[in-house]
Amino acid sequence: MVDTGGNPAATLDDASAEWIRALNATGAVRDAALARLHSLLVRAAAGELRRREAGTWVPGRELDDLAHQAAGDAIVALLGKLGSFRGESRFTTWAYRFVILEVSSKLGRHYWRQHPAEHLEAEDWDRLPGRLGASPGEDAEHAELVKAVRQAVDETLTEHQRRLFVAVVLNEVPLDALVARLGTNRNAIYKVIFDARRKIRAFLVANGYLEERGLRPS
Amino acid sequence: MSNWPALERFLRTDPADVGCEQAMEVLHVYVDLVAADPDAAGRYPGVTAHLAACGPCCEDFRGLLAAVTAERR
Repeated sequence: MVDTGGNPAATLDDASAEWIRALNATGAVRDAALARLHSLLVRAAAGELRRREAGTWVPGRELDDLAHQAAGDAIVALLGKLGSFRGESRFTTWAYRFVILEVSSKLGRHYWRQHPAEHLEAEDWDRLPGRLGASPGEDAEHAELVKAVRQAVDETLTEHQRRLFVAVVLNEVPLDALVARLGTNRNAIYKVIFDARRKIRAFLVANGYLEERGLRPS
Repeated sequence: MSNWPALERFLRTDPADVGCEQAMEVLHVYVDLVAADPDAAGRYPGVTAHLAACGPCCEDFRGLLAAVTAERR
């Protein structure tokens, strides 16, 4: 069941109602609304790519293409769901959501242009402390715990859980890149990692490395 | 053994976490509420729990909030 926060479908505000009216119209009125929406979404996509500092790893001219592609694909998706807009938010907020999700998806696909497929499988457990916020000087102190986490991974995770845990946690493959690579969706991968985290934690608690409510006191 | 709070935080799962699909389904509503009143996030505890645990969805939340905030400036 969707977490609605107790917010019932609302009456459309004037600006949102005008967007819906124009996008449901025909001819010049609809064309003008589509052009205005496209412009808004290109600007939002470009802003989002800048905010994510995508320019540091996507060439400049491709950034512009990505923004336009994200806006175009967002409009197609949005028009397909226009009838489901119930005015629970402003229309533009609803529309921006489509383009933000498109930006995430496109950046996920772009990831594999710069990273070899082998990146998915490589296992370097020495990276675990750094990946989970331990400073290099603390690595030796965490060695026993790293060993225990690895044992938990070996003994409690399924092959699929292990593969995704290694990709996401050890190799820092972004979830959206995995979505693109495996042809699945973000929720499915998140659920696998969620279950893996639970299993590893239960193993560490059962073997005395963690307390039920937190880390064992040093 | 030293404390390793980041590991503990990473492994701890919140039963209230609604997952990516449900969080993204209401993200526009959540963002409009938060843009108007940051305390309103409490009306969606499951979404808040998810955004605290899921980096990509949190990134989408920040991006949508930034777009909405820029529009209203």
